[in-house]
Amino acid sequence: MTSHHMPLPFRPFQLIGRTVLGGLREIGHIASFSGRVITACVTPVIYPREVVRQCIKIGFYSLPVIGLTAVFIGAALALNIYTGGARFNAEQFVPNIVVLGITRELGPVLVGLMLAGRVSAGIAAEIGAMRVTEQIDALLTLSAKPERYLYAPRVIAGIATLPILVLVADIIGVLGGWLVAVGALNFNGALYLRNTWSFVTGNDIWSGLIKAAVFGGIISLMGCYQGDRSKGGAGGVGRAATLAVVGAAVLILASNYILTSIFVRIGL
Amino acid sequence: MTDFSARPILELKNIHKAFGPKQVLRGVDITVAPGKSLVIIGGSGTGKSVTIKCALGLLKPDQGEVRFDGELVSTRKTLDTIRRRTGMLFQGGALFDSLSVWENVSFALLYRDRVGRGEAKKRAIETLAKVRLPASAADLRIAELSGGMQKRAALARAIIANPDLIFFDEPTTGLDPITADAVNNLIVEQVKALGAATVTITHDMASVRKIADEVAMLHEGSIIWRGPVADLDKSGNAYVEQFVHGRAEGPIQPAI
Repeated sequence: MTSHHMPLPFRPFQLIGRTVLGGLREIGHIASFSGRVITACVTPVIYPREVVRQCIKIGFYSLPVIGLTAVFIGAALALNIYTGGARFNAEQFVPNIVVLGITRELGPVLVGLMLAGRVSAGIAAEIGAMRVTEQIDALLTLSAKPERYLYAPRVIAGIATLPILVLVADIIGVLGGWLVAVGALNFNGALYLRNTWSFVTGNDIWSGLIKAAVFGGIISLMGCYQGDRSKGGAGGVGRAATLAVVGAAVLILASNYILTSIFVRIGL
Repeated sequence: MTDFSARPILELKNIHKAFGPKQVLRGVDITVAPGKSLVIIGGSGTGKSVTIKCALGLLKPDQGEVRFDGELVSTRKTLDTIRRRTGMLFQGGALFDSLSVWENVSFALLYRDRVGRGEAKKRAIETLAKVRLPASAADLRIAELSGGMQKRAALARAIIANPDLIFFDEPTTGLDPITADAVNNLIVEQVKALGAATVTITHDMASVRKIADEVAMLHEGSIIWRGPVADLDKSGNAYVEQFVHGRAEGPIQPAI
């Protein structure tokens, strides 16, 4: 029965049913695609030259944007904590809370969200353009599997470089907080750094790096998935880039909550 | 004259393919003898590219079978075999713009056959010379090549592994008549040198007359005429005559 013939009272149910089924189908597609790509990441043949090329594209070229993001976040965080802490005479905790907030939460999440925009969209647009210009068909005719040659190197590079970028963001973010604390809030520079160093634990840093690795995988996978499915010329490529950014951002925030819950439970 | 006694290098039997409600192929039958050149003509949207993609396993037919050198192409392994023994020149070239010209040309050697980069580059430059591209073009990026040079580079990629069968999808589209003729000459010359069979789809009647041994006309998803290129002007088929002479009037309705 077509929607045209469906009695009016049942149309909302039809709409809900169609939406739910569409959503489930999409989840199935993403799961199947991810399974194939992750298998390609952990089984031979892996193309090291492509992995290195993608590490440079994803990691090295993201350093400026990550540095700028981290320094401003660290600075704003220090100001906010100082202002909030002043309400109950706790200004001295600025270095402790800045380093905790950056290493555990803001570093990985903001780096992840920035790269969802920069990297995921870039991958989706690149793969999408390859799809619509038959370059992926050409790969297949040359006996090269896109999962191995195109997608696995990007996912490996995403997983490998995000923790490094987050580590850089942690350091720059703390320095951003230090700049504001010393320059505007009259903190002693050496004392600030000593407090930061003595407060932060290995678990704080590791939990952020584990999150970063997961976010790196999500960012690359969503870019590859949406690019692979794109069709219909320039409009399709643009749509793929948009969907990749939105999908990666939502999955980063959702997985951040899940990972944080797990870390709290296991005491990491 | 085509040698019909030889075992076909490629056989498509009763191929059907639909995209949603749109039935594109309705029982396509094609055979290509070793070393022979079949050109498929037909209007836009009649299923020519879909036919080639079914033959190469890029699309899975809904019905029918593909045989390569007598072997049914049904598994990943047989598909791999056919791809190792075939070359393909895509309509837009489909060259990888992140790689240099020589890396594109020798892609199958580098990534499939695991040939060393030095040896692969040497063979790429030799193959570029066969398609009249200078060695200095080897290190250029794809964006630095003209349309004609890109077609030549794509041809070099299609022939570098000495295939038994080469597919050409609109090899002269977008080229000026002189460059198109030069590309046609290269195709004929290189295919003859390799002794490969070819399947070409094109609208360009000059290309058809230059490169075809046989011509097949695809209309509404079926082969409606097939014969030697010499019979093209005396086919006795109204569809073929309209297409060959490029007339708007006739049984084929223009797609506008």
